[in-house]
Amino acid sequence: MVGAETKELWSGTSSELFTLTYGALVTQLCKDYENDEDVNKQLDKMGYNIGVRLIEDFLARSNVGRCHDFRETADVIAKVAFKMYLGITPSITNWSPAGDEFSLILENNPLVDFVELPDNHSSLIYSNLLCGVLRGALEMVQMAVEAKFVQDTLKGDGVTEIRMRFIRRIEDNLPAGEE
Amino acid sequence: MAIFSVYVVNKAGGLIYQLDSYAPRAEAEKTFSYPLDLLLKLHDERVLVAFGQRDGIRVGHAVLAINGVDVNGKYTADGKEVLEYLGNPANYPVSIRFGRPRLTSNEKLMLASMFHSLFAIGSQLSPEQGSSGIEMLETDTFKLHCFQTLTGIKFVVLADPRQAGIDSLLRKIYEIYSDFALKNPFYSLEMPISMKLKAEEAGA
Repeated sequence: MVGAETKELWSGTSSELFTLTYGALVTQLCKDYENDEDVNKQLDKMGYNIGVRLIEDFLARSNVGRCHDFRETADVIAKVAFKMYLGITPSITNWSPAGDEFSLILENNPLVDFVELPDNHSSLIYSNLLCGVLRGALEMVQMAVEAKFVQDTLKGDGVTEIRMRFIRRIEDNLPAGEE
Repeated sequence: MAIFSVYVVNKAGGLIYQLDSYAPRAEAEKTFSYPLDLLLKLHDERVLVAFGQRDGIRVGHAVLAINGVDVNGKYTADGKEVLEYLGNPANYPVSIRFGRPRLTSNEKLMLASMFHSLFAIGSQLSPEQGSSGIEMLETDTFKLHCFQTLTGIKFVVLADPRQAGIDSLLRKIYEIYSDFALKNPFYSLEMPISMKLKAEEAGA
């Protein structure tokens, strides 16, 4: 069921509309803020607001249970969540020795189809929304994480790489029975 | 309809959505002439029958309507006190509807937060580590089913004890919640939901 829906969503005009919408959003933010760092922060905030809502939809539709360690979390994010919402399956690499950091490698990023970064926006992190989404969604399931881009195809790298770092488990306001 | 009510409780124990869909089965309407042979008393902002049970009107039933017009707690719709009105022989013959008092929204809020605490106690009482909270509560007239999401929202459904398939209903309600409540950008998380669309979907 999930596979069929994403196939429809991502082959055809609706994925173009999504890319165009996101592009319009970023360019408008650039005009409003004039400063790449502020735009990055806004994208992260917007992504956070999306993430806290998206997690409910994700849990309602995908029926995955609670993850017991960061590796499980990484698997679910890459194989289920990204597939469900963006139609891509990033690969997971570069685990830190302590098991609290990993990289998501995206071969192709639907947000940046046909996008070229001009020179005056060289420090703009175009897809920063994704980092906010990951941060917001995981915070609602009691995990504080940090997500940032370390490679970006828009800046000339071969692949897009997001580095995810586990900060801590959020202990306040745990739902009953989860201690 | 075998589903009696649906409650949605947020992470902090506050009720954010509530829907009742049971047909009240025990209501009786009768015409009375002076003097009233039932003893009525005021209790908790409602006029209850204290004595004089007969013809389907039982002790504990509240005055729901006078002459077809719903009463407002202990006042009639025009603002007069019900007991005064019924003590005045000039107002007779009068037709009064009695029935089991419905819960007010304040009472529902209190019950929801109490259930939230009991749910937590349920998981702490367990001899095993990491038990879930209360999933089902059974009485002879209804069964209460509860589903807690990983984000702490509880969906509570009161249904007929013989009704099957409540688990899938709870999941469906979760999906509806994630669609209508979350995709509306003007809805702030954890706040009461007041959307009509949600009510229609839930009724369906």
